[in-house]
Amino acid sequence: MAGAGVAAAALRDPAWSGRVFWTLAGAALLVPMLWATEFTPWILFEPASLRSTLRFVAGFFPPHADPAFLKMVAYEAWRTVAIATCGMVLAMALAIPMTLASTAVLSISALPGRMHALPFIVRQAIRWLLIVLRSVPELIWALVFVRVVGLGPTAGVLAIALTYAGMLGKVYAEILESGETHATTTLLRNGSGRMQAFLYALLPGNAAELTSYTVYRWECAIRSSAVLGFVGAGGLGQQLITSLKMFNAAEVSTILLVFVALVWVADWASGRLRRVLG
Amino acid sequence: MIPAPPLLHARCTACWIVAGIGVLVVASFSTLDLKWAAFLSADAAARMGRFLGELGSPSTDADFLRRVAMASAETLAMSALGTLLAVAGGLALALPATRSPDGRRSFARGPTRLLLNVLRSIPELAWAALLLIAAGLGPFSGTLALAFHTTGVLGRLFAEAIENTPREPADALRVQGVPGGRVFLYATLPAVLPQILSYTLYRWENNIRAAAVLGVVGAGGLGQMLAFHMGLFQMSETSTVLVAMLLLVALVDLLSYIARRVMMR
Repeated sequence: MAGAGVAAAALRDPAWSGRVFWTLAGAALLVPMLWATEFTPWILFEPASLRSTLRFVAGFFPPHADPAFLKMVAYEAWRTVAIATCGMVLAMALAIPMTLASTAVLSISALPGRMHALPFIVRQAIRWLLIVLRSVPELIWALVFVRVVGLGPTAGVLAIALTYAGMLGKVYAEILESGETHATTTLLRNGSGRMQAFLYALLPGNAAELTSYTVYRWECAIRSSAVLGFVGAGGLGQQLITSLKMFNAAEVSTILLVFVALVWVADWASGRLRRVLG
Repeated sequence: MIPAPPLLHARCTACWIVAGIGVLVVASFSTLDLKWAAFLSADAAARMGRFLGELGSPSTDADFLRRVAMASAETLAMSALGTLLAVAGGLALALPATRSPDGRRSFARGPTRLLLNVLRSIPELAWAALLLIAAGLGPFSGTLALAFHTTGVLGRLFAEAIENTPREPADALRVQGVPGGRVFLYATLPAVLPQILSYTLYRWENNIRAAAVLGVVGAGGLGQMLAFHMGLFQMSETSTVLVAMLLLVALVDLLSYIARRVMMR
C-alpha cells in the first residue's frame, strides 16, 4: 500500500497547480472580454441572418465580368498602385531630409565627445515629429484629409505620405546608425562636409538595406492604399465599399479577386526586386 | 554560345529597374487627379487651421470620458480575442499546411496554403466590411475580422515554424510506435512553442493598432466612436477619441519596447 502511495506521488505532475491556476486566470479574463466584444457566434446561425449571408455568398459566383465594369476595376486597381507610389515618393521627399538632419553619425560636434546642446535638441525634435507622424494610423490621416481636400486620391496620397515619412525616417536613421560608421567618422574628422561624408561613406555602405526596406514599404503602401478608399480616398477600396453598400455580391467578388491578385503581384514584385538588389 | 558577362548583365538589370521605377512614378503622378491647388490654397489652409483649432479643445466631460474608456477597453478586448481565435485557427490550419514528416506528398498542403494566403491577403478592414453583413454592426464583426486576417498570417508563420523544427525528437517517438497526435503534443509542439508565443505577441501588438481603426467601417471600438463624432462634426469629442487612440498606440509601443528589452536580456 505504502509503495503504491509513493509511486502515485512520484507520478504527480509538478507543474500541475501552476497550470490549473493559469487556466483559471485565463478563463476569468476571457469572460469580460467575451462580454465586451458582444461575442455572440449564434447570431451568425440565426435563420434570418444565415439566409442573408448565404444569399450574399451565393451571389459571389459567378463574379461580375461585364467588360465596362472590368475596365473600371482595372483602372481603380491602377489608381491604387499610383496612390501608393505617389505617397511613397512624397514620403521619401519628407523622410530623407529629416533622416539627414537627425542621424547622430553625421554630427560633427559629437566627434570628440558629447554632441552640443542645440544640434541635440534639433535631432530629438525631429525624432519626436517622426514618432507623431507614424503613430497616427494612415486611415485617420485619410479621414482628416478627406475633410480638408475633399473625396479623391489626394487625401490618400497625403495620408500615405505622412505616415510613411514617419516610418521611413525612423528606420532609415536606425539603418544608418546600426551599420559600420568608421569610414564616415574618418571622413568627418579629416574635414569633409556632412554631405560628402554621407554620399561617399555612409550611403554606399547601407544602400542595399535602405533600398530593400523602401521596396518593402512600397508593398505595404499598396496594401494600405487599397484600404484607404474605405473612407473615400480613391482606389479599389472605394469601389469595394460602394458595391458592398449596394449588396452587389457579384461586383464585390470581382473586386476582391482583383484585390487579392494585386496584393500577390505586389508581394511577388517586391520580393523579386529585393532579391535582385540585395 | 558565350554567356553575357555577369557585370554587364547586372548593370543592365539595374538600368531596367531604375527606368521602370521612373516610368511608374511619372505615370502615377500624371494619371491621378491630384488637387494640389486645392490642398495648397489659402482656403484649404484656413480649413485645416480651423480643423486643428477645433481639435485643440478636447471634451473632458466625465460621462464622455467614461464612454471613451469603455471603447478603449472594447478595442483591447477585440484585439485580444481576435488574436486568441486566430491562434486556434492558425494552429488548426498550420498542421495540414506542413509537409508530412516522412516526405510523402500531403494532399491537403496546397489547398490549405491557398486558403491561408487568401485569408491573409484580404486586410482586416475589408474583412470587417464583409462581415458586417453576417454579424451586424458592432465589436463582434471587428473581432471576427481580426481573427480571419490573423489566422492567415499566423497559420503561415506556424506552418513554417513547424517545418523548420528539428525532426529527431519526433522521429524518436514515432519509431517507438507513438501515434501522430501525441508525437505532435510531446515533441513538435514544445519545440515550436516559444516561436508560436513570440509570433502571437507580435500579431497582438499589430491587432491592437488595427482594432483602433476597424470601427471606421462600423466594427466597434474607438474607431466607431471616432467615425460617429467626426461624421456629426462634434470636434471636441472627436479630439478626445483621437487622443485616446494615440495614447493606446503609444502605450502598446512602450510596452512592447519594454517587453523586448526584458526578453533580450
